[in-house]
Amino acid sequence: MPRLSADARHRIRARINGRAIEAEAEPRMLLTDFLRHVLGLTGTHIGCEHGVCGACTVEIDGRLARACLTLAPQIEGSEIRTVEGLAPSPDRLSVLQEAFRRHHALQCGFCTAGILVSLDHYLARTPDPSESEIREFLGGHLCRCTGYVPIVAAALNAAKKLREAKPHA
Amino acid sequence: MATAATNWLGQSIERVEDAALLTGRGRFIDDLGVRPGTLYAAILRSPHAHAAIRAIRADAAKALPGVAAVVTGAEVRALSSSLAVGVKAPIECWPIAVDRVRYVGEPVAVAVAADRYLAEDALDLIEVDYEPLPAVIDPLAALDPASPMLHEGLRSNIASDRSFRYGDPERAFAEAARKVSVSVRYPRNSCTPIETYGLVAEYDPSEDAYDVTANFMGPFSLHPVMARALKVPGNRLRLRTPPDSGGSFGVKQGIFPYIVLIGVAARAAGRPVKWIEDRLEHLTASVSATNRVTKLDAAVDADGRIRALAYDQIEDVGAHIRAPEPATLYRMHGNLTGAYDIKNLSVRNRVVLTNKTPTGLNRGFGGPQMYYPLERLVQRIAIELSLDPVEVIRRNLVPAEAFPFETASGGLLDSGDYARAIEGAVVDGGLAELRARRDEARRQGRLYGIGFATVVEPSVSNMGYITTVLSPEERRRAGPKNGAQATATIALDPGGAVSVHVASVPQGQGHRTVAAQIVADALGLDPKNIRVIADFDSARDAWSIASGNYSSRFAAAVGGAVHLAAIRLKTRLARVAATQLNVQPGEIEFASGRVRARGNPDNALPFNRVAATSHWSPGSVPDDAQALRETVFWTAPELTPPTDADEINSSLCHGFIFDFCGVEIDRVTAAVRVDKYVTMHDCGRVLHPAMVAGQITGGFAQALGAALYEEYAYSPDGNFLAGTFADYLLPTTNEVPTPLLLRIETPSPFTPLGAKGVGEGNCMSTPVCIANAVADALGANALDLPLTPSKLAAFVHGKEKDRPSSAGTQAAKGARALHGEGETKVSASPEQVWAMLLDVDTLATIIPGAHAVEKVSDKKFRADVTIGVGPVKGRYRAEIKLSDLDPPRAVSLSGSATGALGFGSGKGRITLSPEGSGTRISYGYDAEIGGKIAAIGGRLLDGAARMIIRQFFAALARRAGRAAQSGFFARIRLLFRRRP
Ligand code: FES
Ligand code: FES
Repeated sequence: MPRLSADARHRIRARINGRAIEAEAEPRMLLTDFLRHVLGLTGTHIGCEHGVCGACTVEIDGRLARACLTLAPQIEGSEIRTVEGLAPSPDRLSVLQEAFRRHHALQCGFCTAGILVSLDHYLARTPDPSESEIREFLGGHLCRCTGYVPIVAAALNAAKKLREAKPHA
Repeated sequence: MATAATNWLGQSIERVEDAALLTGRGRFIDDLGVRPGTLYAAILRSPHAHAAIRAIRADAAKALPGVAAVVTGAEVRALSSSLAVGVKAPIECWPIAVDRVRYVGEPVAVAVAADRYLAEDALDLIEVDYEPLPAVIDPLAALDPASPMLHEGLRSNIASDRSFRYGDPERAFAEAARKVSVSVRYPRNSCTPIETYGLVAEYDPSEDAYDVTANFMGPFSLHPVMARALKVPGNRLRLRTPPDSGGSFGVKQGIFPYIVLIGVAARAAGRPVKWIEDRLEHLTASVSATNRVTKLDAAVDADGRIRALAYDQIEDVGAHIRAPEPATLYRMHGNLTGAYDIKNLSVRNRVVLTNKTPTGLNRGFGGPQMYYPLERLVQRIAIELSLDPVEVIRRNLVPAEAFPFETASGGLLDSGDYARAIEGAVVDGGLAELRARRDEARRQGRLYGIGFATVVEPSVSNMGYITTVLSPEERRRAGPKNGAQATATIALDPGGAVSVHVASVPQGQGHRTVAAQIVADALGLDPKNIRVIADFDSARDAWSIASGNYSSRFAAAVGGAVHLAAIRLKTRLARVAATQLNVQPGEIEFASGRVRARGNPDNALPFNRVAATSHWSPGSVPDDAQALRETVFWTAPELTPPTDADEINSSLCHGFIFDFCGVEIDRVTAAVRVDKYVTMHDCGRVLHPAMVAGQITGGFAQALGAALYEEYAYSPDGNFLAGTFADYLLPTTNEVPTPLLLRIETPSPFTPLGAKGVGEGNCMSTPVCIANAVADALGANALDLPLTPSKLAAFVHGKEKDRPSSAGTQAAKGARALHGEGETKVSASPEQVWAMLLDVDTLATIIPGAHAVEKVSDKKFRADVTIGVGPVKGRYRAEIKLSDLDPPRAVSLSGSATGALGFGSGKGRITLSPEGSGTRISYGYDAEIGGKIAAIGGRLLDGAARMIIRQFFAALARRAGRAAQSGFFARIRLLFRRRP
């Protein structure tokens, strides 16, 4: 990583949800603030800013990361996915998002972005998870509204639908 | 007029809210744009539980580029007035410390700057001189007239002391076969929404008016409180809420002092100011449920019938009686006898102040604190009389034919069939199998128990119940308070489209969806075609003091108001249509988006056409049938003020819950696993089953956390010890089992749709149900939450060390204190070492993180150091004093350090003894740590202190010419020790 100076703004170039972005940030700016307030991608939420709640989860170069524990300059040259990039088009929901809606897997929706990003990533790699695997995996996310029951149900249902859509997978 | 067949209500349709929330298009407070020029606030908070503020120096902060203002108690006092207090006493309650701090986390200064990062930089530059005062943390200690006093105006720490008597409790106790008692300390906890507080405030000097957007949740009885504090009439405090709010569970009521505080900051700065609370601030200082000490006695017949109850409740509201407290203590007043028919009742209610965060609304609001002793008591009665707990419950239930049933303290239980609900749960929930499972587990030597809880869940609060804290005489002087106005507005636009507005301020409860279902049913439309707005604007919307999202009032009260507004509009539209269709209004029906003559569906008009008529052709509509916009205010006549005998119907609706569960306690770890949980609800008519289920599973998970993990723990000196989600443990998917939900329906006769509230019940029933099961498993009598492994280990393997608690007393004195001792060997002589220890330049090179060391006098040093604990690095000013000098053999050190992250103080003694050609240095220390660092780094402190001290001596040894003998091994050992 290049040397940055604390009191200057630095140009950051990355791809977010398939689009190139270029913007400036101080080295100490958190990725959450950069996404939300510099780029206007307010779908990524902040619940704790210390890495426990999972609300800020995004995908950086194919890996899940806590945006609240990442500094904006760290994404230089990276490929980022956020909740805004999950739906196939603005007027359609993804299979996972639809499952969440059908199962009432969200109430206030504040934790939801992080959970969706995590599950989207997980289901792409683990097409046939058991309930206990999903529970284990989601242990890194806090939801205070739902009691998790409908979230787990939605995840299982989405996994099934995704498998059905890809019979050879 | 015909009523169209109901078909949308009762269906779990998909929520209109979800598409935006699922795609990142929600509009929460921090997602809304702000006006150009908006500034950002950060708040400096007290590291002390109790201290006088001697001076605040903010010049350096104000001089920092980008900083617009620093606001302290002095400015707030000049520009606003104290918040109203819920008891009659000459005391004040400011949103920021004025001359004195009374709890850790109390705001002391607000820095306002061009961005949040700069505002936080400014906080680091503010210096505050505190003079620590003794603190009182335990509510029982606060009863003592000699305890450190928080508010001199009260002349003690008891803010209120009222006794109540209903029926003839003395006689019942005298005549009863037995007296059974429980004593409970209910801990502090909170439902901690995942979104924290946030607001933007602006002051317009030309109109002397404030405009605030905040994720406040109501009750709007606090609007006049805030307006008065800001010294403006209510119409000059415009309060709005964002369209989305990330959970509240009562907690976001507690943002209201910040609305005043940031309002004042905006006025002082002359620009709009935005503040978003961070998680540490939220856990430390937003708001908490009350902790309560209860002694509850029952007069019981030999067959288990309860003749009388006697409550002695000591409610700890923290450092201020912030409105609406002491409401937590009175919300259950009408249903203190629970689901039981108990005619005699006595109550003593005391409200005490302690040096902890002020309390406020939290899901369950008073229910968890009251049902815990009541349902523990019912279990104790069964045990002491050798009866089946379910039998004791059955024998005492309010009978089905008695509804509406008036309780001893004046509550009116609207409807129910408690015995039937219990029967259903016992059969469908498989109690017999669960009992067999317990027997089998016990045969195998496992610790398995079953618990029960029976709860009447009040909803739709009577705004007058809070006045029960006043004497009848005081109430007469204050004027009557009662009722609970719910509002709804339905408007038709020129295209005949239907819009609905409710002032219910949802935080994820799907109000917009259910309101659309209600209107759709009334007007024969598809909910998709109805738009519901639920964000709030005090300047434009219909609202009243009861508006907001609390006491589970939506389905019962707001939903009812929506229904009534829809019916009114429909009546008018029927008259409009009747002229056009040439039939009597009574012949008109609304179905499938059409308005038609009953029995002749071809004689019909599209709904939109009829609905647009009063816009386009008002002349063709009779004056009293104009259908444009309908606003309904609805309150139930049953919500009357307290009587002179202190009887109060504190809530309009009363749902019923019967829970039972099986738990197993691990013999090795003493951890509790909930094996099976059954929860039976009667919440009247169900409008949206999936949302009801969501409320139950969500409340259940929070209650499980309260039962097993969560506590706002304080050290005995008032340090807050749960400042992160790694310290305040919320249950995750791995801890929360799937409960079995069961339901019966007895519609409420008091609400327009027959619905009752359902949001809070499991927060009342689940903690005690789990505790009863744990008590059953362990044969334990006294059990206080949370049931952590360290607490239960005492039962499983004998007594262990207690951990700190919200009462601050169960822990040994000085629990957050650090102790340590050690020794090291250096190659220099004692005289050389002695000289080094007293030399400023040497100290500057060997004190870890020292920037500068200054010798103030022979025995006094001042140092500027940077210390890191875990991920948290901070700069401190340290003062060190030497005493008991015995050159070159021994010296005592005492000192203190203060910095943005908190403070520490300690003392130690260093002894030097010659050994060979070198010196053996032995040391021991005791230190206490407070402030942010105690709240967030608690688990890491011991390790960090050891590390720093070792580094110091290692540096000393190096300086003395040779590495400390055990230096290498010490570091290796450190790697394997003190894993948090
Ligand atoms: S905000 Fe990043 S984990 Fe909580
Ligand atoms: S839906 Fe509100 S926190 Fe998860």
